[in-house]
Amino acid sequence: MLEQLNEIEHNALSALQKVEEEQALESWRVSFLGRNSPLMRVFDGLRSLPNEERPQVGRRANEVKRALEEAYQQKLEAIRQAALQRALQSEQLDVTLPGRPLARGRLHPLNQTLRRIFAIFAEMGFQVYRSRDVESDEYNFQLLNFPPHHPAREMQDSFYLDLPHPPDNPILFRTHTSPGQIRAMREFAAQNPADPPPVRIVLPGMCARYEQITARSEIQFQQVEGLAVGKSITFSDLKGTLTDFAQRMFGKGVRSRFRASHFPFTEPSAEMDIECFVCGGAGCAVCKRSGWLEILGCGMVHPVVLENGGYDPTRYSGFAFGMGVERITMLRYGIEDIRYFYGNDLRFLEQFA
Amino acid sequence: MKVPVSWLKEFVDIPVPLEALAHELTMAGLEVEEIRYVGLPLPKASSQGGERQEIKISGLEWDPEKIVVGAIYEVNPHPNADRLVLCQLDDGQTVHTVLTGAPNLFPYKGKGALPKPIKVAYAKEGARIYDGHQPGQVLTTLKRAKIRGVDSYSMACSEKELGISDDHEGIIFLDDDAPVGMPLVDYMGDAVLDIAITPNIARAASIYGVAREVAAITGQSLRPPSLSVLMSGAPIAGRVSIQIQDPKLNPRFMLGLIEGVEIRPSPYQVQRRLRLAGMRPINNIVDATNYAMLELGEPLHAFDYDKLVKRAGGKPPLIITRPAQPGERLVTLDNIERTLDDFTVLVCDSAGPLSIAGVMGGAESEVDETTHNVLLEAATWNLINVRRTVFAQNLPSEAAYRFSRGVHPAMAERGLLRGLELMRQWSGGTVAEGIVDAYPKPIPAPQISITAGEVKRQLGISLTAEEIKAILERLEFHVLQEGETLAVQPPDHRLDIGEGVIGVADLMEEIARIYGYERIPTTRLADELPPQRTDPLREREDLVRDLLVNLGMQEVITYRMTSAEREARLPFVFEPPPEQVEPIRLKNPIATDRSILRQGLLVSLLEAAERNARLQPRLALFEIGSVYWRSVRELLPDEILRLGIVLCGQRALTGWQAGDMTPMDFYDLKGILESLFHGVHLEEVRILAAQHAAFHPGKCAEVYLGEQRVGCFGELHPLVKERFELPEAPVLAAELDLNPILTAIPDRYGVEAVPAYPPVLEDIAVIVDEEVPAEKVEQCIWSAGGKVLRAVHLFDVYRGEQIGSGKKSLAYSLTYQAPDRTLTDEEAAQVRNRIVRRLEQELGGKLRS
Repeated sequence: MLEQLNEIEHNALSALQKVEEEQALESWRVSFLGRNSPLMRVFDGLRSLPNEERPQVGRRANEVKRALEEAYQQKLEAIRQAALQRALQSEQLDVTLPGRPLARGRLHPLNQTLRRIFAIFAEMGFQVYRSRDVESDEYNFQLLNFPPHHPAREMQDSFYLDLPHPPDNPILFRTHTSPGQIRAMREFAAQNPADPPPVRIVLPGMCARYEQITARSEIQFQQVEGLAVGKSITFSDLKGTLTDFAQRMFGKGVRSRFRASHFPFTEPSAEMDIECFVCGGAGCAVCKRSGWLEILGCGMVHPVVLENGGYDPTRYSGFAFGMGVERITMLRYGIEDIRYFYGNDLRFLEQFA
Repeated sequence: MKVPVSWLKEFVDIPVPLEALAHELTMAGLEVEEIRYVGLPLPKASSQGGERQEIKISGLEWDPEKIVVGAIYEVNPHPNADRLVLCQLDDGQTVHTVLTGAPNLFPYKGKGALPKPIKVAYAKEGARIYDGHQPGQVLTTLKRAKIRGVDSYSMACSEKELGISDDHEGIIFLDDDAPVGMPLVDYMGDAVLDIAITPNIARAASIYGVAREVAAITGQSLRPPSLSVLMSGAPIAGRVSIQIQDPKLNPRFMLGLIEGVEIRPSPYQVQRRLRLAGMRPINNIVDATNYAMLELGEPLHAFDYDKLVKRAGGKPPLIITRPAQPGERLVTLDNIERTLDDFTVLVCDSAGPLSIAGVMGGAESEVDETTHNVLLEAATWNLINVRRTVFAQNLPSEAAYRFSRGVHPAMAERGLLRGLELMRQWSGGTVAEGIVDAYPKPIPAPQISITAGEVKRQLGISLTAEEIKAILERLEFHVLQEGETLAVQPPDHRLDIGEGVIGVADLMEEIARIYGYERIPTTRLADELPPQRTDPLREREDLVRDLLVNLGMQEVITYRMTSAEREARLPFVFEPPPEQVEPIRLKNPIATDRSILRQGLLVSLLEAAERNARLQPRLALFEIGSVYWRSVRELLPDEILRLGIVLCGQRALTGWQAGDMTPMDFYDLKGILESLFHGVHLEEVRILAAQHAAFHPGKCAEVYLGEQRVGCFGELHPLVKERFELPEAPVLAAELDLNPILTAIPDRYGVEAVPAYPPVLEDIAVIVDEEVPAEKVEQCIWSAGGKVLRAVHLFDVYRGEQIGSGKKSLAYSLTYQAPDRTLTDEEAAQVRNRIVRRLEQELGGKLRS
């Protein structure tokens, strides 16, 4: 009997070697492990064996059964693996083909720049304050200490609107965001006229000036103005705040400088330049060889403006600055023509983020 | 302001290279836009290497070896050419034969040896100069050539060839005392600083004014110009008198007299300086007025005294200053007859107007070749009147440039004395003894009190009172120190320093400028933070922007200005009421197609779509921006925030696999709006079928927020679309009134727990009449479904023979779910039956088997 078992084992294992697919394996299983297989018949015949042979044959029969079952499992696994491999190989893609294009939306580049500007100033405590586009001469000029007949007030620089108005107060599309300074200060001062709260705001907005549309000038443009008013604000704070801004906007380590300048609503006034980040100050086409890029105008708020806003210039001081959102964007991305921004050619707009 | 450096150096030493000086001036608010070299050596390339040129540099340097002072002794005809001459020219070493075509030498042709040699600028072979025959400035090197059989290797130069001016009419005749053989650069090499003068630095609109700033910035001492005049003629007193009608218009008027002048060209060095400073030399008298003006900043005007006497009938003239009568006329010295406004101030005599005060002289009384006696005016004028006159007459002039920025009355005397003495030196005339001065109300100098504490408070720098005093004194302020307080009085060449807190700010600027902006430290704000505010409308506007971007839309920003014709292409989505329907026109449009403020948003967006249509298979644009309606009650117009959307073209982008390339339709736009409202949790928005002239009558809907119509959208009406250059595919457009929408967006919204028990899913298809709107069917399902109905999703709309004409089948997948238990089959069946029954009863719907 033991020999028969050895033979069964030998036959089964050698038959298994030839099996290569799942169906043949199943036939093999039926032949060698099925109810009518020789091995099962050995088990069936155990009871008729003499007592002394029975344990030995029984042990051996169980051994053979385990061995065949194990071989079956291994074979099954091997066949499945091979089948999977074949299936996967038949599904090979050309991964260099492009992916499915998705229509993606984007913010206008000027709004992307604005958000970045807001974010930087927000972390320094400046909150956004918005004010209207169409203004009176009073807010756009008079309250900002523009003397009468200042060249900037002449017809050719501003878009005046054909609306009824008091004799000395014509209506115009604001030429800068500075009228918002007066509106903000008046709103805040009204909360506590005897001791107005400090002001720290950025004022964005669309402005318009009478200019021929060229690569460098537009009839409409967006400005961001900044205003900080309080009881201990100095020119050195102005320099520090804007230097921090420039480094965050244009890169750590970007050098900046402040040149004396003139604006009616600030005194002392300055223009801020940053060292050209394209050439590192060595001189290139972007900075027109000067090594410097003018980025904004700024200064200490003029006492007349503070007073007009409801803040006593002997107790309060402040600084203000204004920059062109188009210019900042042009500098950041090396754009040479301002007309792209309102031309709305998607081939331009789609390049942003 | 163009400042020849040779002139500047008469008043102040320049201890640093010109580029360094230009940098210092620029930092202190006198922006040097360019340094133009006119002879002096150009600076060596920057030490940093590269192309850097902080201040723009241009011009020509004169080689001291090759360009020298020469003397022409004889001018002979050219043997083969009428239009050329041959000069005998001594360059200090040799006598050369120099060939030239300069017309100003022709009068001397063939006259033999000249009684007095003509001094010229002589350029030798190899000299680098500008080509006189080419437009602009083209460098050339003098080479040996044969011209009409005569050897030519050198030349006498014109101003153009040396870069002094554009003049190439003839060669330069230098002054007689020019030393022959001297390198020209040593004799008259120069450079010109071109400085932008801001209104607060109007006092520096003169050579001496700039010199004063240079002295203050560099710490050099200042050499004032001499104001002494040799007066040896009969006294002026009694020979002319002045009457000022209004000292507010004309604070001061002064006159001097010089007799026996000979009108001739000014010395060449004077002409050269005037040219470098941007003025044209005329004759010695006019040049003296301009020279004194450029030098000191006080414009002068010269009258022919004899013409005035004649006008006065032989009597001593009376000069009257007054505003013009309305409609009064005057021929100015540009020979234009001008009609004057009542804000224009005139200088008149008893016979009528003589000149426009501070702007331009009159033709009749001007100095000409026959003039012998000159009456010289130095006055000051109200800057606003001058400004308005310049603008009204479109008549800018060097005098008006200065007067319209303010000239202190004290300057009149300095200018007058300087002008008289220059005329005397250049014309051979005799200056009458004394001057006539009318200065009815001398303007007082402001007194400003300032402390070191105030400087610290505003500038953030700690200076002692002594240091502040020293800074101000460098600018000629008068400063009295009393303990810690400084009593400051501005010098009498300045009008820009105010009183009180304004004066303090004016002084702060001067202290900061001279101390140096660069030396002021950088600090971070230490001031108290203001009360913190939230601007919910701005935050929500950004939320809307972000949602639309996430939905695949490109944001654009268009012009706020348009024209009525452009806007008329699309009926207003929001029709302004009659009292606001008139657009807001620009008084001074820059172009006819930008002549009004827009009243609607969609046309701008459709124009943006037009611009891109041919290049893009898919357009999905939006804009958030203001439109403008005239206000009924307020001074300023209504600014209304709108959202516009335009869609057109294929649904998906073109790829290499089949995508959904069918054109977008009404439901794409509706889907975007639904996603938007869902995204901002505005559940109460209703979208209702509507009719609007802009849209296809069957493909148009309105958006309602409660009872308020806040938007309208649809497929553009084919007749409207024809007015735009847009592709064939349907154009979908929406315009929404954003403010009510933003206002209604909730700050917070609730979130439900994820259900713990499984849902029962079921599909039903219901057949209804075509007229029954899908919205009704869904509403009916919802109301019948009760609490356990959690979702209704339309997944198919079918029309066809199987269900008969005039019918449609709507297939929904329904989700039933209870929060506290697993629903039994019986419960689900009950809900379903309820829904089916209700659909039958209310809408005549039949379950499709």
